[in-house]
Amino acid sequence: MSTRARLVALAAPAAVILALLGLWEVAAQWDLLADLLSIRDFLVPAPSEIVQALWEERALLAEDAWVTLREVLAGFALALVAGLALAVLLHLSETARRALYPLLVASQTIPIIVIAPVLVVWFGFGIVPKLLIIALICFFPITVNAYDGLRSVDPELPKMLRTLGAGRRQILMRAELPWAAPFAFSGAKIAIAVAVIGAVFAEWAGSNEGLGHLILVSSGELSTALTFAAIAVLSAIAIALFALLALVERRVVDWREEPFR
Amino acid sequence: MVTKRAYPAATNTAAAYSEEPLTSSAANDAPGAPPTPGPAIDIRGLGHRYGDLAALAGIDLTVPPGEVLGIVGPSGCGKSTLLEIVSGLREQSEGTVAIGVPRAAPDRLPACALMPQRDLLLPWLSALDNAAIAPRIAGARRERARERARPLFERLGLAGFESTRPAELSGGMRQRVAFLRTLMAGKPVLLLDEPFAALDAITRAQMQSWLAGVLADDAHTVLLVTHDVEEALYLSDRVAVMTARPGRIAATLEVPSPRASDRAAAVTSPRFGDLRQRALKLLAGETS
Repeated sequence: MSTRARLVALAAPAAVILALLGLWEVAAQWDLLADLLSIRDFLVPAPSEIVQALWEERALLAEDAWVTLREVLAGFALALVAGLALAVLLHLSETARRALYPLLVASQTIPIIVIAPVLVVWFGFGIVPKLLIIALICFFPITVNAYDGLRSVDPELPKMLRTLGAGRRQILMRAELPWAAPFAFSGAKIAIAVAVIGAVFAEWAGSNEGLGHLILVSSGELSTALTFAAIAVLSAIAIALFALLALVERRVVDWREEPFR
Repeated sequence: MVTKRAYPAATNTAAAYSEEPLTSSAANDAPGAPPTPGPAIDIRGLGHRYGDLAALAGIDLTVPPGEVLGIVGPSGCGKSTLLEIVSGLREQSEGTVAIGVPRAAPDRLPACALMPQRDLLLPWLSALDNAAIAPRIAGARRERARERARPLFERLGLAGFESTRPAELSGGMRQRVAFLRTLMAGKPVLLLDEPFAALDAITRAQMQSWLAGVLADDAHTVLLVTHDVEEALYLSDRVAVMTARPGRIAATLEVPSPRASDRAAAVTSPRFGDLRQRALKLLAGETS
């Protein structure tokens, strides 16, 4: 991309965001939104007030952000390890595939909102139920994508490697896993984006710290500016983690897309 | 473009780059070394069925060590099935296959290296690492495997492209890397399945001269499957012509002077023309 094209690519979304923020600022300052919703004007914070809350409550926000970030990273890591291991197991064993695949899909029909309080009852207010909830949300896209990647390996490739002396493990390590890597990364990027939502659910179900907890408490106290500030920090965490993962992907999957002609 | 004469001839690279002892008698078949008795490949009464479909029937083939046997046949005559069976990827329904000694499919795998029709280079590995994958599979460390592949990499005219990814190589170069990968397995028997089918006519002719040079300097026992009569007649000592399904051997043609260094002159000679004529007639189903 040329410098000019890069600039346009950055400027276009920035302009849209700024325009929306400007409209919001005007609507909030003139109490247009509050009138429209028939609520008290302090319940609709202007962007400038949110920025002010971000600055004034920076210590509190940083502390809670750190808690949530740790939960997200640990839960995501757990999902990554379990999800990839499960994908390999499904790929290698026909029996495991028949036995576990329906269960895998069924696990996604359980509303997290329902299961989160149960996990808190079982495991308490500590980090364990948060990890489990985040991992439960995250592992599905990782497993399904990685498994699809493993299945999509060119069938001639294992044959060729067998004639060169490779056994099952060598075929997995040298051909199937690298082949599936771009697929696994797609799954992981979906997972990291929803991991933050998982963290908020988990904290709502039972916690006395974290951004989810802060959102719950501040909206209860009608400190809507602080609520929006916490949401902004949460989004920033999700975007940063997603960008980091995309960066890692570019470093790891550095071959061209089309594998074989 | 062909570097075939630039290096000392008559060295048995199969032994030079393989640290494991070779099991077949064909392994000792370096040019200049005393010829080992007995065929390298001996196929007797081979037949194969896919369910009710007979793919191959009554195939008898014998290849002495160091010989190139070309196999031509119409599409779908079971040429690729034949190679998969010989390589040990597939067990035949009937008959025996001997590589040195009669072997079941799992025991044939270590004796044969198969070069598939498509190059199947791993897109995430460099050209050199693709060529060196067999030693890696055998347990060599990355640097050691590269060291072993590097001299041949240069001899096969690939110098300078060691760290290039397959996507950036030309079709001819990709086939050469794929051939080297097969060679690096250090197996006594090479099975080539339409090695140059994906290339354009000019590159294909160049690759045929190139392979002729490689085989002239460093003899291997080769089964070469192709649908290109000219390719088979130019590269092989003998050419077996197969019939349509179920594949049988219609006839085997002796080629008087295979792998001539001047390919253009060889393939335009009258004798070559006569042989091609006979092969094409056999392919068309006429008996000669």
